Amino acid sequence: MHFGLEHYLILSAVMFSIGLYGALAKRNAVAILMCIEIMLNAVNIAMVAFSRYLVPNSVLLTGQVFAIFIITVAAAEAAVGLAIIIAIYRSRQSVDVEQADSMKG
Amino acid sequence: MVVEVAFWILALIMVGAALAVVLLRDVFRAALLLILCFFTIAGIYITLNADFLAAVQVLIYAGAIGILLIFAIMLTRNVKEGNPFGKLKLSALLVSLLVFATIVGVVVSTNWATVTGVSQAVEVPVGSATTSAIATALFDQSKGFVLPFEIASIVLLAALIGAIVLVRDRR
Repeated sequence: MHFGLEHYLILSAVMFSIGLYGALAKRNAVAILMCIEIMLNAVNIAMVAFSRYLVPNSVLLTGQVFAIFIITVAAAEAAVGLAIIIAIYRSRQSVDVEQADSMKG
Repeated sequence: MVVEVAFWILALIMVGAALAVVLLRDVFRAALLLILCFFTIAGIYITLNADFLAAVQVLIYAGAIGILLIFAIMLTRNVKEGNPFGKLKLSALLVSLLVFATIVGVVVSTNWATVTGVSQAVEVPVGSATTSAIATALFDQSKGFVLPFEIASIVLLAALIGAIVLVRDRR
């Protein structure tokens, strides 16, 4: 296969699946947040790959602008997520998500 | 050719680091490997002619978010618990493999060469610097993203205030 867009998209799919697996399977809330960061980065790789390879010999910058917005939202999400985790840790001395189930019906 | 070799090296390190983040028992080591993963993603951006994004990736992800994660681990670490898997281990593996197979199937079966004729976008030739063109793409009167940019600043302000309110001592 000719080197190009598909390689980057499959790399992005690999990273997204690893992040999804970790986000679903881990019990430590900080580890889940790290896996969500991996997923967001995988999407960014796909965005930048499209911006480079969609039109041959030219870089469409819309994909990179979208990646910048994703990085902005990811930074906000990390800050709020870690604040929530620290608040949970203060109230129950644990960051295990399987113990934080007081809203379960 | 150079780009191809760099891609394979960076991709191997990246996938290895991401797998280690998921599989390691020690959360702190996982966070350090996540920072390595962010650095290799910056390298991937350089192979994709995105020099500004590579710098942003190192500054924001490897710098700010990495330090934030390490602080959170230091504040909440429970050494004897570590970083175990939960009850959903097998079904999570199944779901993520299904998602992976779906994405790969779509990527392989789509003919990407047919996508042409994008008029509403700022372009630069391959090999040139992108920083000033990104400024045009963000702030241009007709094809820019000025309103999303302003909304992003409000999102950041709200996140800042929200994080402070959440961890404030209520005594």
